[in-house]
Amino acid sequence: MSGIPPYATMPQRVWYYTFRVICGLIFAFLITPILVVMPLSFNAQDFFTFTPEMLRLDPEGYSLKHYRDMLGDDGNPWTGLWIGCALGVAWAAFGVYRRGSVSLMSLLPVVVLSLFGLIIGKLTGATGDWMVALRNSLLIAPVATVLSVGFGTLAAIGLSQPHVPFRRAIMAIMISPMIVPLIISAAGMYFFYSRIGLQGEYLGVVLAHAALGIPFVIITVTATLVGFDRSLTRAAANMGADPVTTFFRVQMPLILPGVISGGLFAFITSFDEVVVVIFVGSAKQQTLPWQMFTGLREQISPTILAVATVLVGISICLLATVEFLRRRSERLRGMSPS
Amino acid sequence: MKLTKTLMATTALTVAASAAVAEDMAMEMTLVSWGGSYQASQHKAYVEPYLAANPGVTVTWDESSAEAVAKLRAMDEAGNVTWDLVDVVASDSMRLCDEGLAMELDADTDLADAPDGTKASEDFGDLLVSECFAPQIVYSTTFGYRTDLVGDTAPTDICAIFDLDAYPGKRALQKRPIDNMEWALYCDGVEKSAIYDTLGTAEGVDKALAKLDTIKDQVVWWTAGAETPQLLADGEVVMGSTFNGRLFSAIAEQNQPIGMLWDMQSFDLDGWVVPANLPADRKARVMDFLKFATDTQRLADQAKYISYGPARKSSAPLVGQHAELGIDMAPHMPTDPANAGNVHIYDYEWWADNRDDLDAKFQSWLAK
Repeated sequence: MSGIPPYATMPQRVWYYTFRVICGLIFAFLITPILVVMPLSFNAQDFFTFTPEMLRLDPEGYSLKHYRDMLGDDGNPWTGLWIGCALGVAWAAFGVYRRGSVSLMSLLPVVVLSLFGLIIGKLTGATGDWMVALRNSLLIAPVATVLSVGFGTLAAIGLSQPHVPFRRAIMAIMISPMIVPLIISAAGMYFFYSRIGLQGEYLGVVLAHAALGIPFVIITVTATLVGFDRSLTRAAANMGADPVTTFFRVQMPLILPGVISGGLFAFITSFDEVVVVIFVGSAKQQTLPWQMFTGLREQISPTILAVATVLVGISICLLATVEFLRRRSERLRGMSPS
Repeated sequence: MKLTKTLMATTALTVAASAAVAEDMAMEMTLVSWGGSYQASQHKAYVEPYLAANPGVTVTWDESSAEAVAKLRAMDEAGNVTWDLVDVVASDSMRLCDEGLAMELDADTDLADAPDGTKASEDFGDLLVSECFAPQIVYSTTFGYRTDLVGDTAPTDICAIFDLDAYPGKRALQKRPIDNMEWALYCDGVEKSAIYDTLGTAEGVDKALAKLDTIKDQVVWWTAGAETPQLLADGEVVMGSTFNGRLFSAIAEQNQPIGMLWDMQSFDLDGWVVPANLPADRKARVMDFLKFATDTQRLADQAKYISYGPARKSSAPLVGQHAELGIDMAPHMPTDPANAGNVHIYDYEWWADNRDDLDAKFQSWLAK
């Protein structure tokens, strides 16, 4: 009935069940702290406490007020939604016209663009602490990611050429932001950026986060370049392609997985980063992690639990989307999902 | 030749333009405060009316008052002060003033007079504890207790915190020597007037720490003002010290079963300082705001949102009711006669001189 073969001995059977119990305990240990905050975020009080009303499952004990606190009541969510929806419909119609067939997937642009429109509209002109922080994070992280990916990929390609002098030393310097304790980089950046007028500026935070993201891109791209066959670029050059064409048409598609995963790391680094931004940024660039940090330190309010619950929900949605896309591409390539 | 002329003309224009701007006031301000309901009360009472009267001005809040001294030092060293107005407690304003990091203010010209014409210096009186300080509120660090966990007799005496027989259970105390050392000596039988003389001697310090030793294993040490209300709401502690406004909001706004123990409450002041050497346009804007935000009506308005006493004498009669709950705020003020029967006058100057030494002793005692 189970996975135990009939010839298993007694100790093997015992181990089989012990192993599963241990795995279950580890799973519970990892997931309980995340789950326990979710009901607390619906607390009707301003404390991290399961009130008697909550334990009785009395509706009086629950409320959405911390979610309202988080969202605020300004911004232009509906305008954004309509614009996004209209663009999505146009895109979907264009897709249907080009492919000449309609499927459920044709509606995807409408849903995605409406959602984006809703979020962008909500963030435009919002003044609540959390919405401003989210807006700052979303303005900083993608730009820092683009810079990290651009510079990191170029550096990795350059440093993988055997004839570059001092390549080990240069590599060590480039990836040092990942190894040096963050607080030291942050203090150094603070004084350096102050001198050149970048401290407290949007550009300063973006550059600082790009510097933190570059090592991740260099490492992942260097790893993919190890498996890259150099004779392909020579073959392309032999057929008359200039180096730029060769890069974009031959090399880039082959190292793309490394570039994308490096870019993801760079994005997460910027989106999660709290130490450097406190030093390099000013209150005008307060990002989401910074807001969470001050929220926990200065005001122990369940609003932060509401934010945590939403972030967990977003992570689950992202993972589910990635898994869905992976299965879809496997199916399209004729492989069965494992 | 033509290029040089154009360049010179452009430079001259730019210089003239920037000189013209310097006459005006900056349109942006960064205000530094403590976050939470206190900052919210400042926003509603000072900033919102100011923005309504001065359209186009934008205000950014930075919740960094807890590390204001260290950050201002770093900003000064880096030559890039990004703050315009900083909310600090009295002793921090003295340190910033002594180090030249805060600008000296002249109360009579920089702050508004009372509506009846009383000069600001007289209206604030003794509360102008430093040349750089524009006081806003009087607050106190005092105790709250769980009404349902203290038995039949609610504590009315500060020494209840050292009485583990009558009130067993955990207590929350602030993780710093200030106030705790004074309360310990007072409850060890030292006369109130002799507390600082005793604390100035090595034996006095040992005596205070020995008294604290009697409850050390029952103490939860807090660093943020929000912690004690949370611990009381959880029933984690029986009693704990925190800022009186935090206890007010837990009791009146959150309906928690918490009572106030006002005995030997420790008064302190909170107010604004202006960082030294601001550019002329930013300084002009912040001085304009400062004069507005510390006038009699604004200070009285703040008491609608939080139970801290306004620092001006002329504001006291204007203190009204809570903006949402409609209850009278006066009985919840630390300065109300019913609450201020027996208060501890916290000596800023003594602590400014002895803070580093006692901090070290207190920390090593904590680690033992």
